[in-house]
Amino acid sequence: MIDGPITPLAASLAAVIAWLAIALAGVMFPKNLRLVSHVLFPTGALVALALAAAGWSGLAQNAETLILPLGLPDLPFHLRMDALSAFFLLLLGSVTAGVSVFAAGYLRRGEGTLPGLQCLYYHVFIASMTLVLLADDAYAFMVFWETMALSSYFLVTSDHRKAEIRSAGFLYLLVAHVGAVAILLCFGVLQGGTGDYTFGAMREVQHTAFWGGIAFGLALFGFGAKAGIVPLHVWLPEAHPAAPSPVSALMSAVMLKTAVYGFLRVMFDLLDMQVWWWGVIVLAAGLVTALYGVVFSAVQSDMKRLLAYSSVENIGLVFVAAGLAIMFRAYDMHALAALALTAMLYHALNHAFFKSLLFLATGSVLHATRERALGKLGGLIHRMPWVAWLALVGTLAIAGLPPLNGFVSEWLLLQAFLFTPGLPQNYLNMLVPVAAAAVALTAALAGYVMVKFYGVIFLGQPREEKLAEAHDCGPWERVGLVWLAAGCVLLGVLPVYVIGMIDSVTHTLLGRSLGNAAQGWLYLAPIHADRASYGPFLFLVVIVVVVLLAFLAVRLFYHGRIRRGPAWDCGFPHQTARMQDTAEGFGQPVRQVFEPFFRMRRELPDPFDAVPRYRVSVEDHLWYWLYLPVAWTADKVTSLVTLLQRGRISVYLMYSFCTLLLLLLFVR
Amino acid sequence: MISASGVAAQITELFLAVALAPLMTGWVNQCRAWLQNKSGPGPLQPYRMLGKLFQKESVIAYGASPLFRITPYILFGGMCLAAAIVPTLATDLPFNTAADAIALVGLFALVRVFISLAAMDIGTAFGTLGARREMMIGFLAEPALLMVLFTASLISQSTSLSITVGKLLQMDLAIYPSLAFAGIAFTMVLLAENARIPIDNPATHLELTMIHEAMILEYSGRHLALIEWAASLKLFVYACIGIALFLPFGIAQGGDSLGLILALPVLVAKLAVGGALLAVIETVSAKMRIFRAPEFLGTAFLLAVLGMLVHFLLES
Repeated sequence: MIDGPITPLAASLAAVIAWLAIALAGVMFPKNLRLVSHVLFPTGALVALALAAAGWSGLAQNAETLILPLGLPDLPFHLRMDALSAFFLLLLGSVTAGVSVFAAGYLRRGEGTLPGLQCLYYHVFIASMTLVLLADDAYAFMVFWETMALSSYFLVTSDHRKAEIRSAGFLYLLVAHVGAVAILLCFGVLQGGTGDYTFGAMREVQHTAFWGGIAFGLALFGFGAKAGIVPLHVWLPEAHPAAPSPVSALMSAVMLKTAVYGFLRVMFDLLDMQVWWWGVIVLAAGLVTALYGVVFSAVQSDMKRLLAYSSVENIGLVFVAAGLAIMFRAYDMHALAALALTAMLYHALNHAFFKSLLFLATGSVLHATRERALGKLGGLIHRMPWVAWLALVGTLAIAGLPPLNGFVSEWLLLQAFLFTPGLPQNYLNMLVPVAAAAVALTAALAGYVMVKFYGVIFLGQPREEKLAEAHDCGPWERVGLVWLAAGCVLLGVLPVYVIGMIDSVTHTLLGRSLGNAAQGWLYLAPIHADRASYGPFLFLVVIVVVVLLAFLAVRLFYHGRIRRGPAWDCGFPHQTARMQDTAEGFGQPVRQVFEPFFRMRRELPDPFDAVPRYRVSVEDHLWYWLYLPVAWTADKVTSLVTLLQRGRISVYLMYSFCTLLLLLLFVR
Repeated sequence: MISASGVAAQITELFLAVALAPLMTGWVNQCRAWLQNKSGPGPLQPYRMLGKLFQKESVIAYGASPLFRITPYILFGGMCLAAAIVPTLATDLPFNTAADAIALVGLFALVRVFISLAAMDIGTAFGTLGARREMMIGFLAEPALLMVLFTASLISQSTSLSITVGKLLQMDLAIYPSLAFAGIAFTMVLLAENARIPIDNPATHLELTMIHEAMILEYSGRHLALIEWAASLKLFVYACIGIALFLPFGIAQGGDSLGLILALPVLVAKLAVGGALLAVIETVSAKMRIFRAPEFLGTAFLLAVLGMLVHFLLES
């Protein structure tokens, strides 16, 4: 069928087919752990690498389409690969490669469902995400979207014997489907009465302002539910800790990005109009999400919940950049829109790398210690040096510190804010600095959260006896972690190349790309070299050189003598591990400063208590203000059905009788 | 783009900062002693201190990881880098194309994260307490500092510090309300970030109130020397940021070698006055309760944001 060289789209399809074949192979030998973990998952990782390569080559070329003879009779599956799809395929492939290799060493016998079934769900999950990115008609998109939701549901509930995991899975499925309904309706509006559900037809439709606004609202709600925009974020902190760690990594790193992709696809490709206040809404939603996420992640005491809330924060930052891009585009300021969009895509890519790295690291910690509560960990840097040092890279990256990758996207985002004063609306111009301040606060709080995360898990004294037996991760896991950590470093140090890739996406969406005003690959200078430039490679080199020089100078002029002794601690003699800050203790300043955010209950001990207890519980207001009322209402409405369902046969016989009478009346 | 005089200025500036930073700390301490009717050890005391510490052997706690040992070097290296970014003598600094104002704030954050992690490494009660407090001060002070730098960037249309300072030098001498707000906010951030008095007291090991000192309790010998040196470099760099943004006159522009020579006495004079002022502030104010610190820094943050808003309202 294919005559010439293999096209990127064909290569991506081949990757999907290969994954499905791996999934089937897993089902054939469901109990063969060695085959599944040491053959199938590494093969899947190689396929992921191939997919990343396909995405890479797809970035440079024009959109390519393909119609598969599957699907509805009058609507076969349309597939299309343009730069936007290609970029997200690159993200998916490169991150999945690391996660799959890690998973090869992570699967254990007797944990949750059979290894073969996990292999099935896992590969169906990544294959469906690939197809979501390639879909070019609403029907195909929804089918793949739902496959993605279902397969990830089964992955989340793979340890389904625990009740809380089942309920987390249910919540996830519920929010996913509420979102899916909104997306379906959004496509319904987008086809604009033509009845043609291909994306190609939707691009041609002219919308009125009203219907355009409806489509925007539905897209924000639907994709926001999947991405975790406040107040639709509640499933994230439940589902991520419940899932096995490679799955949490994939969900957080890639699945949330498919929602970002969908939002971009609708807003910048399918919908032919942009209104400035849409940008304001997205910006505001993003800011609220970012602050909410980071403040809540600071008070968590479960390491995976902490990371899940941190994902909420990062998605918030991505939507902040999206809001800026929409605003700039609505005012036809395409260069600035390209800057904001670049910041957004860059941050999505960065988040995929560092978040999957950290989730996998928590997976290794979980396996080594059987413990997820931060209050029972500590001192693991001595027992698990590989995991600890690689997690340090992820920690510094996610805290947005130069010269790693998190800083680059934050830098671009802040630059986009600084360029904003050109907007023609004065109110907006004044709103934007306030938003920039909120972004800066979020970034600073992220540093706090990550010090807590890393310090409590890996540093200090072990808080439990059993931690002395913790073991480092195996070779497969190391390879996965090293791959992702290297990604964090390279994305941070070589931003000019990354932006070169993103440029083709912004060019496709906006007809304008950011480019680099500075010459060479050393300096990153968006817009103009005099406005701002950043050279992370030089930054890294200089800091390393200065550190080495300082080290050598101290050794040369003085000495390197060291004596080991007990910790001093102001002369306090009886040190125990329990005197360190717990996770709750470390989060206390945030609880104090941001008190209105939390629904907090505190039990303080009485001075005369024989066994004094201090207890504090921190919950989400939204749960009580929004979700419980909605659940209560739904419960009440559905309970009206019990008026009919009495469970007595005489009543049902009477129903049949009445129906018969009615029918006789009508049919007569 | 990179000129020989620029490289010369860059290197001079860096070495000057490294050499002068302890003197600045000593000068502040000496002024404080005078204001408190003490004779004081003289401004050269920090050098003697550093010399002594470098010669002593390092005692390291049993549970310390390599992170604990590399942190002092990273701190020192990071602060040297910060000193290279801020224009003190000349605006023509080649390294400024590699790191702008946002990168400077990121660098401070990097250093803060490392010292907090090192403080948590041994797992003593005071170490984690100090780390927690330091990060609390940090998450409030960092955005305030960023907003101060943004105000200046909005005026100069550039986040590069040398271009910003160049633009500020060319502006007419007048009071800019946005810079006035930013200046007050910056002073508050400087006090908090350098462990100075209303927030922290550099001269005490009083257990309940200490922040910075609590984090470095376990350090000794050369590691402590590097940390102390880095701390005085930080004060020096902050003072230089303040000078560059709010009192930039005297800083040489472009490849002006005569200006470069003249800039040094001007800088030293400004630092001397600034250090004396800092001593006055520290003497006349009392240490705050730790839970008042968020209010203090929240005020700084608000003032900095107000500075930006005022810029939009009045100056654009």
